[in-house]
Amino acid sequence: MNRHAIFEKNSIVLTVGILVAVAIGGLVELVPNFYLKSTIEKVDGMRPYTPLELAGRDIYVREGCYLCHSQMVRTLRDEVERYGPYSLAAESMYDHPFQWGSKRTGPDLARVGGKYSDDWHVQHMNDPRSVSPASIMPGYPFLAKAVLDAESMTGHLKANAIVGVPYTDEMVAAAAADVMAQANPDAAEDLDGFEARYPNAVARDFDGNPEAVTELDALIAYLQMLGTLVDFKLYDGKADINLR
Amino acid sequence: MASTAKKSLTLEEVGIAGLTGLVALYCLMAIANTTDAVMTFHAGVGLVFALAGIYAIFRGYANRSENPPQTVDGLPNYKLGPVKFATFMSMFWGLAGFLVGLIIALQLAFPALNFDLPWTNFGRLRPLHTSAVIFAFGGNVLLATSFYVVQRTCQARIAGNAAPWFVVAGYNAFIVIAGTGYLLGVTQGKEYAEPEWYADLWLTIVWVVYLLVFLATLWKRKEPHIYVANWFYLAFILTIAMLHLVNNATIPVSIFGTKSYIAWAGVQDAMTQWWYGHNAVGFFLTAGFLAIMYYFVPKRAERPVYSYRLSIVHFWSLIFLYIWAGPHHLHYTALPQWSQTLGMTFSIMLWMPSWGGMINGLMTLSGAWDKLRTDPVLRMMVVSVAFYGMSTFEGPLMSVRAVNSLSHYTDWTIGHVHSGALGWVAFVSFGAVYCLVPWLWNRKQLYSMKLVNWHFWVSTIGIVLYISAMWVSGIMQGLMWRAYNSLGFLEYSFIETVEAMHPFYVIRALGGGLFVLGAVIMIYNLWMTVQRGEAETASAKPAMAPAE
Repeated sequence: MNRHAIFEKNSIVLTVGILVAVAIGGLVELVPNFYLKSTIEKVDGMRPYTPLELAGRDIYVREGCYLCHSQMVRTLRDEVERYGPYSLAAESMYDHPFQWGSKRTGPDLARVGGKYSDDWHVQHMNDPRSVSPASIMPGYPFLAKAVLDAESMTGHLKANAIVGVPYTDEMVAAAAADVMAQANPDAAEDLDGFEARYPNAVARDFDGNPEAVTELDALIAYLQMLGTLVDFKLYDGKADINLR
Repeated sequence: MASTAKKSLTLEEVGIAGLTGLVALYCLMAIANTTDAVMTFHAGVGLVFALAGIYAIFRGYANRSENPPQTVDGLPNYKLGPVKFATFMSMFWGLAGFLVGLIIALQLAFPALNFDLPWTNFGRLRPLHTSAVIFAFGGNVLLATSFYVVQRTCQARIAGNAAPWFVVAGYNAFIVIAGTGYLLGVTQGKEYAEPEWYADLWLTIVWVVYLLVFLATLWKRKEPHIYVANWFYLAFILTIAMLHLVNNATIPVSIFGTKSYIAWAGVQDAMTQWWYGHNAVGFFLTAGFLAIMYYFVPKRAERPVYSYRLSIVHFWSLIFLYIWAGPHHLHYTALPQWSQTLGMTFSIMLWMPSWGGMINGLMTLSGAWDKLRTDPVLRMMVVSVAFYGMSTFEGPLMSVRAVNSLSHYTDWTIGHVHSGALGWVAFVSFGAVYCLVPWLWNRKQLYSMKLVNWHFWVSTIGIVLYISAMWVSGIMQGLMWRAYNSLGFLEYSFIETVEAMHPFYVIRALGGGLFVLGAVIMIYNLWMTVQRGEAETASAKPAMAPAE
């Protein structure tokens, strides 16, 4: 044990020793995920979020929804039966940050898209206990009153493009217009352009208030697309190279 | 004017003032350019803090007759002002953090308490609670004790005049920015790493100065060996820096706006996050507080550390193994299975060095066990080490994939975290602060040992109520989720499992309430110690520096 004296008598040797000891585990566990091709499955249907969905996702993050709702259906029989097909890594490949969550005070939301009507969501956000009497979720009546800042989405798409989301220059340029087109398609000038940029995106007035595009429009647009991009009738689970 | 020759503005003071000036400049530019109301507010707060800091440096220079000497009468002239400040802030934030915890516990039992407002809903208050207790309360305890312990064990005055103050004040400024940000909806959306990019950058600067102050004080030591507590403090400071930098890599939407997007995505972000998250536990809440144990338990028990050899073995194995444990937060998810298996394996191995620390702490009482009867402060620290042993056994158990499939996403995790946070981290902190306050304020003893005893029992009952309620509700909910009826359908809808939680949420809130009550008793006791306590006679403690 006397050999340990070199660490005890020299702060720099101790510092280097600590850094080496704590670096190894991180390097082994973090780095391969970035280059092993098996980490993220090859699937059809994944696309970046529309600007309106991204705004909704930002609201989801802002309000801390992830603290009570997971977005990760595990590979367990009861979860697959309760929520739907287990989540693929590919389904969150454009998520900065990921929102898999760690607690289910409320149910998992990975496949909530299309499960409820827009009206249900409007009612539920406004007063959760009016549609689910035993719910302990906070109400979010303020979302329906907050007008969404569509212009700001240009910068948000740009930042996402920098971190690797495949937003094209065309998408960035049209960001503000695409917010309006998706939430109010009847008044949209370039609905075809929007649908071409974001295949299978649904455009409608999500919050039932045609007067304004609100934060509630954005949040519901996001919730309604969650888990809907990959068609699991076509997905070959046996080809799952993730070894799960 | 003879005294002016003896004093000078040190290079370090000029450097800190210059750095703070740059921050003030950025804040001014942000106020001028931002369109974001929260950024205006935060830049305003930053500007006020930065200007106050620069003023304090120059006022400190103007008011002193000479630069502070390294020794007085041959004894180290310890600098205790920053230690006192951090100790005070730890109790302030502790009470605030426990109270917010109680509020959100009540919100889960009685959702009307969310008031349906943006600033009071559970989703914004929970990060406020976790950050207030971990980083504000725990962080200030770590700053206070590390600055005290490193001076004492090196027999040297801390390095720098302005730098130690910069660290404690700058860290608390970070807490203010982070906490108000959560309430106003500014978050990165990563657990325990919620502060946005500008708060993170500020923390990085503070942390680098912290490391430099700590190392520079080690360089001034009179003892040839670095004491074991300082190994743990150093591992905590270095590793938190590494975790913080990698996990918070982010691209701001605008350099004058609050919002940013994390550089990592999806599965890679998940792995990075829990590598960070679990090691926030491992290095902030474990290594740092083990350092506290290694100084305060032997000191209070008046016994040497049980085993020098064990401290070496468990130090290196603990820091090496902890880093690998993160993936156990991601069992059965889309994280590749090789990674999950590694995480589980290392988590189980981690049981041994964890218990090495527990054994070294507990066995330090050999020959002094009778003190548990008479000294409630020592009892608090010993119980904290016992809780540490319990939660570091429970942790490896929960990291086993089969167990985790039941426990994950449930309140069992919340109970586990709180047996560690309340039982271990908070109790060892309380013990250390009970020791520190009389030392720092030159008091013979605490105002009342009886109140320490009350604090101990009220809080212990609170913890027991809390964790047993969470065990029952967590395991019950996990079992309800996977229950099938005789026809092969899922037995319970999700909302039925929520309804079943209610009584346990009430019991948990009751336990939390008792814990808050214990903290109030403590703060009253400390306050009275400082206000009314009998002063320690000068001859008994010649080494104490004058308050500054």
